[in-house]
Amino acid sequence: MAMLEVKNLGISFGGLKAVNNFGISIEKGSLYGLIGPNGAGKTTVFNMLTGVYKPDEGLIFLDGKNITGKKTVDINKAGIARTFQNIRLFKDMSVLDNVKVGLHNHHKYSTIEGILRLPRYFRVEKEMNERAMELLHVFGLENVRDFKASNLPYGEQRKLEIARALATEPKLLLLDEPAAGMNPNETGELMEMIRFVRKEFDMTILLIEHDMKLVSGICEELTVLNFGQVLAAGKTSEVLNDPKVITAYLGE
Amino acid sequence: MKTKKISKFAQTNLITYGIAAAAFIVVEIMLLTGSMSSLMEGLLVPLCTYAILAVSLNLTVGILGELSLGHAGFMCVGAFSSAFFSVCVGDAFGSDLFRFVIAILIGAVTAGIFGLIIGIPVLRLRGDYLAIVTLAFGEIIKNVINALYVGRDSKGFHISLSPLTLEPDGKMIINGAQGLSGTPNDSTFIIGFILLLMTLFIVLNLIHSRTGRAVMAIRDNRIAAESVGVNITKYKLLAFSVSAALAGIAGVLYAHNLSTLTALPRNFGYNMSITILVFVVLGGIGNIWGSMIAAVILTLLPEMLRGLNDYRMLIYAIVLIVLMLFNWSPGARTFRARLKEKVGRHKQTEEVK
Amino acid sequence: MSFLSYLINGISLGSVYAIIALGYTMVYGIAKMLNFAHGDVIMIGSYVVFTMASTWGMNPMLAIVVSVIFCTVLGVVIERVAYKPLREATSLAVLITAIGVSYLLQNVALLIFGAGTKSFTSVVPVPALRLAGGALTISGETIVTVIACIVIMIGLMLFIKKSKSGQAMLAVSEDRGAATLMGVNVNRTIALTFAIGSGLAAIAGVLLCSAYPSLTPYTGSMPGIKAFVAAVFGGIGSIPGAFIGGVLLGVIESLARAYISSQLSDAIVFGVLIIVLLVKPTGILGKKINEKV
Repeated sequence: MAMLEVKNLGISFGGLKAVNNFGISIEKGSLYGLIGPNGAGKTTVFNMLTGVYKPDEGLIFLDGKNITGKKTVDINKAGIARTFQNIRLFKDMSVLDNVKVGLHNHHKYSTIEGILRLPRYFRVEKEMNERAMELLHVFGLENVRDFKASNLPYGEQRKLEIARALATEPKLLLLDEPAAGMNPNETGELMEMIRFVRKEFDMTILLIEHDMKLVSGICEELTVLNFGQVLAAGKTSEVLNDPKVITAYLGE
Repeated sequence: MKTKKISKFAQTNLITYGIAAAAFIVVEIMLLTGSMSSLMEGLLVPLCTYAILAVSLNLTVGILGELSLGHAGFMCVGAFSSAFFSVCVGDAFGSDLFRFVIAILIGAVTAGIFGLIIGIPVLRLRGDYLAIVTLAFGEIIKNVINALYVGRDSKGFHISLSPLTLEPDGKMIINGAQGLSGTPNDSTFIIGFILLLMTLFIVLNLIHSRTGRAVMAIRDNRIAAESVGVNITKYKLLAFSVSAALAGIAGVLYAHNLSTLTALPRNFGYNMSITILVFVVLGGIGNIWGSMIAAVILTLLPEMLRGLNDYRMLIYAIVLIVLMLFNWSPGARTFRARLKEKVGRHKQTEEVK
Repeated sequence: MSFLSYLINGISLGSVYAIIALGYTMVYGIAKMLNFAHGDVIMIGSYVVFTMASTWGMNPMLAIVVSVIFCTVLGVVIERVAYKPLREATSLAVLITAIGVSYLLQNVALLIFGAGTKSFTSVVPVPALRLAGGALTISGETIVTVIACIVIMIGLMLFIKKSKSGQAMLAVSEDRGAATLMGVNVNRTIALTFAIGSGLAAIAGVLLCSAYPSLTPYTGSMPGIKAFVAAVFGGIGSIPGAFIGGVLLGVIESLARAYISSQLSDAIVFGVLIIVLLVKPTGILGKKINEKV
């Protein structure tokens, strides 16, 4: 059974079919790319996978479990975490606290224990700090842990978003244009990091990207979306050489 | 590294408690040496009340990030429910302190329940719509209490929204617009101060905990908070009801400082809610000890200007406008930035020496 | 017949709310701020008419014109001094400043005119209309108020649709930054909005005090709040919304006072607002805004 299995997914906005008959199958541990021209419906697919939008039709299975139409919170608990195209950090909170919010459902104590500072508060907070620091270390952010998230440079904000997503211990990580706004150096670094995350966390990753160098460099498989429909899917090298895909990207 | 972070929290908390403790000691010394005017003495309990209100509203406005214009409504609920209890019990408990402790619990729980009930519909709205609906709820509470008649006679309690006729042995407890009279004067400065410390303890510890982080995450980015598995409704409601319950405690303190309690626009209407909001904004949104100090200064200011009589509220209004302009207008901001730079450079050279 | 007269009373009161709400809704739509001092401009306008007409014996019509001009200038001055420097500040800071201005106006009025109630003589020269053989009376004030309200609303809608300044207002309310880039003078547009809103407040003040002839420094604050509720009710930012919201609010208030309880009428008004917002969170004619993820 694949980690993510999507069948016949569709949604319309005001009569307009934004995504139609979308299907995808991602094996555990693979690094999968979702590409397509602007407005093809890639982020809409992400929003349906994470429950931000409710799909009109179709089925979504995560690790064999049907998660179609569930709420965002429950989908995260089921094991999907994501980043956003326009970065969405908790901007007035510290870098460390951003990651600790990600740990919310895995290191628990009650509100009363928190207010009264009972022993569990100290024990769990210590665990959280340690775990959060480990994650920050992976992304080289341990030195800026006390900074306000909004004060980080752009590239580090993207990394923090990934760290926060990983803190929720997902089975599947969705990255929405992780290299957007990065220079070639930073993109290279990011590619390394994505590979490392996959290996280190044994993660399945689905990413949306426009940067072809990144896509062809790290994705093993691709699905190309055009006008809300799957144009091609398969091995990266094959898909990128498909005449249909080239036409869609370059025009006739 | 880690200890540094923890000590930073502890430091701000320490400052907050420190300011409160210092104020308490100064007041006690002044009381003991008799150097406090009776006017000031009469203000001590109200000061605690307003400080609690400001700190609790900051939980909603600063930490949850929702503008509430109905905070006085929760204070009103706490005041009337607890005063009702105290009047009904009378001297049956023997101990005034014990009765007051129960009254505080009743005020807090009732206001908290109102917070929960009102929060469920209100927190679905956003921004200015949420603000206007909280204002509406506050006014409804005030209005309903003004039309509420509760009396007790040999047949038990009677509740009505129109004047009651009771048995000859009956007694009105809440008498419509005339309110509720005969509340025991249980509020003292020491109890008020302890309640303020408790409020600070609850709010500060809440903020620096898993719950507080979840609430602030919702404030900063609702969609991202959802995407990492934070239950939005639960934490919004939690923060809102805790804030309401604490306002209820302030109400208990307020009610037991007066012998007659009436729900006027001045004490429980939107004007009061706005006054509390002014404390929060001037003290710094999200800044707990700032709210406390702003509450104290802005309560004392009109009193200190009493000599100026007719002009005092005018001066208060001007101070308010000037403060906001000084804080936020671009001209004043560059001026302050320059000033800060100068001071900063000064400090640096000192360190080099 | 009594139901009809309550209904007419409600429409009359509602028309006053609607005129105030029009000012509120324009300022909110264009400057994106809750102008809490709007209600107090009404009160100032009424005092100007009172002083001119009752104390100095000026022709009432002339007094109204003076009051409108005075309030227009006052609105522009308030905007220039207190709100303009805060254009980039948080909305909460602007709200508190507006509250400060509200206190200021109330206390200036208190100092000049004292706390006592001034009894305002109606300035409406129209005689009452008697229908159904005297069973139903429609006062001159009601007739003038309703007509004024409709004329003002239509005038405003035409102004926004047809005039260049009106189009500039629409542009600023949609996107201030883009409007600036397209050459719209944002500061002037906002000032104009305040001028119109405050001028309308003066008219509303005269009509309000003609119908309910007691004037104190706090006369404006409750109608101000209710007009704001009316604006939210109808969908804030929408001119026909403010009209519908205002009239509905007036009718609900009047009927609730007559048939349920005079003490609870405000609670009922606010209760209806809450229900409307819960069913339709942006008001009756408000636009739905979706957040893009």
